[in-house]
Amino acid sequence: MTLPSPYILEARNINKYFTEPVKFHVLKEISFGIAAGEFVSIMGKSGCGKSTLLYILSTMDTAYEGSLLLNGEELFGKSNKELSIVRNEHIGFVFQFHYLLPEFTVLENVMLPAKKLARKSLAEIEEDALKKLDLLDIKYLAPKLANRISGGEKQRVAIARALINDPMIIMGDEPTGNLDSKNAENVFDILKQLSTDQGMSLLVVTHDLDFAKKTDRIIEMADGRIHSSHK
Amino acid sequence: MNWPTILGISKTHLRSRLKQTSIAALGVTFGIGTFITLASFMTGLNGLLDGLILNRTPHIHIYNKIEPSVQQPITLVQQFSGAINVIHSIKPKKGQVRIHNALPLLNHLRSQESVRGAIPQVQAQVFYLAGSIELNGVVFGIDVMEEDRLFNIGDYVIQGDPQDLARTNNGIILGAGLGAKMSLKIGDKVQLSSANGGLFPLKIVGFYQSGLAEIDDVQSYVNLATAQNILGKGSDYISDINVKLFDMEKAPLMAEQISSQYDLTAVDIKTANAQFETGTQIRNIITYAVSITLLIVAGFGIYNILNMMIYEKMNDIAILKATGFSGRDVKMIFISEALIIGIIGGALGLLIGYGLSVGISYIPFETEALPTVKTFPVNNDPLFYLIGTVFALVATFFAGYLPATKAERIDPVEIIRGQ
Repeated sequence: MTLPSPYILEARNINKYFTEPVKFHVLKEISFGIAAGEFVSIMGKSGCGKSTLLYILSTMDTAYEGSLLLNGEELFGKSNKELSIVRNEHIGFVFQFHYLLPEFTVLENVMLPAKKLARKSLAEIEEDALKKLDLLDIKYLAPKLANRISGGEKQRVAIARALINDPMIIMGDEPTGNLDSKNAENVFDILKQLSTDQGMSLLVVTHDLDFAKKTDRIIEMADGRIHSSHK
Repeated sequence: MNWPTILGISKTHLRSRLKQTSIAALGVTFGIGTFITLASFMTGLNGLLDGLILNRTPHIHIYNKIEPSVQQPITLVQQFSGAINVIHSIKPKKGQVRIHNALPLLNHLRSQESVRGAIPQVQAQVFYLAGSIELNGVVFGIDVMEEDRLFNIGDYVIQGDPQDLARTNNGIILGAGLGAKMSLKIGDKVQLSSANGGLFPLKIVGFYQSGLAEIDDVQSYVNLATAQNILGKGSDYISDINVKLFDMEKAPLMAEQISSQYDLTAVDIKTANAQFETGTQIRNIITYAVSITLLIVAGFGIYNILNMMIYEKMNDIAILKATGFSGRDVKMIFISEALIIGIIGGALGLLIGYGLSVGISYIPFETEALPTVKTFPVNNDPLFYLIGTVFALVATFFAGYLPATKAERIDPVEIIRGQ
């Protein structure tokens, strides 16, 4: 019996082991939750397991034990196919490296997850995509090929893509890690704005203390455990 | 499954790698094109060679064989039954060469549903006389129009027209070798003398060339009545009956029935030309073996290129999976890429194959043996185009399937972390 979850995303007693090259307990009894509209950052040294945790939370990594609830729905034990639908619909993703499809235009990149969801007509999807690009002030990039724009622009396009299906939560893995300070600030402002204006939940893994300090809550990890969780 | 999106991604992938895509497609084009050309040409040649024998060979040849009786009188004597009887110097029983009651038999054969035609022949030993020259030979009395309909004798009449024989009572279509030996041309007279001494002047209306010198040097055709005259027999004298069926496969059974029912010798085409069918089969096997090898090589080309494509597209695969495309979607993207390559390459291959086989059919090919053939024979059977299409699709599907399955299994986390 799972208890009802008051959070958008909740992890309960998550454990994970690496078996290669030797058995290693990466994540130990991780439990926490993210409320609606909350902007949470995860910090920690390299190798503390924060990225591993993020991939579990994002449903891409299924080799763990424990319970993962998205809006009260248990995700542990679902098939890859079901999880890909969950990701498509409810989770937006922003990576350290920009990960746009290089041969597609910016507009096509943003539209792609919505086309997969196929809940709206193509015209509506295009309108949505342009709206998201406009929200991030990069509407003018729409017809450009994704490999012809700058790093800061790419990251904003990636955020627009993460937003296209109006997800419950956006996750980021060092989303500003590869950007200069000006662009990094810009991206942070956008994320912050999404949290305050649109009530979006955000979970971001970062090394950048300045970045983390500006979020609602910092979860610090060490040796596969949550060390502290504070404002 | 969201096909428009998946196909859209495939199309963009292929377009952005136009060079690789075209090389992969050209591999298929080459394979299918060669298959079509080879198959059309080889089966065309096969058909020609088969026709050489089969077209003019009756499915069932009925005649009276001269042979010693199996039942010798002594075997009928009760008191020697069970003993070992040794008889020396057995001679064939005196009998007639003609087929007994040939006309009712012909009518019976013609009334059968499976029979396309049954025609009588009269064979006569003759000497051809031209001046002082006397050549040994044989004439066949035939119903020339029926013979042309069933056994394409017209294809081998190199000068003159088979119809002329039907129109001319005392006409003869002379073997080409005989004509050359005796320096005769159309309109000339040739004298035939029969075994019992009669002389028959006949008018040459055509020349016949089978391509086999030993036939062309001795054999000629005349009307049925002329041959019966030469032998000094009546109009019911018939020495051979040739039967053509609608389905050649039924020949052995029918031949057996005829020989047991009428006490005649009936030889079916399968028995008479057994070695021929083997040759045809072997040539077909060679054709298909070579073609399939070509297509498999093309398949490996596609496999190779798609495999490379997938390594290049690792990031794309990871991002597609992270944004909610399932493994199956990714698999379908790559399979559809393979199939698009197969369809484009295959379609081009069909066109090229057609072009080449039409080209081949215009190359001159003249041979003594085949007076009617002027260019290489090509068999443009739609079946080859069907096989080509199916194989292009099947081969590209499997060539794409393995790499696509690999892409399906790629763990996005590994790619994203690996950066």
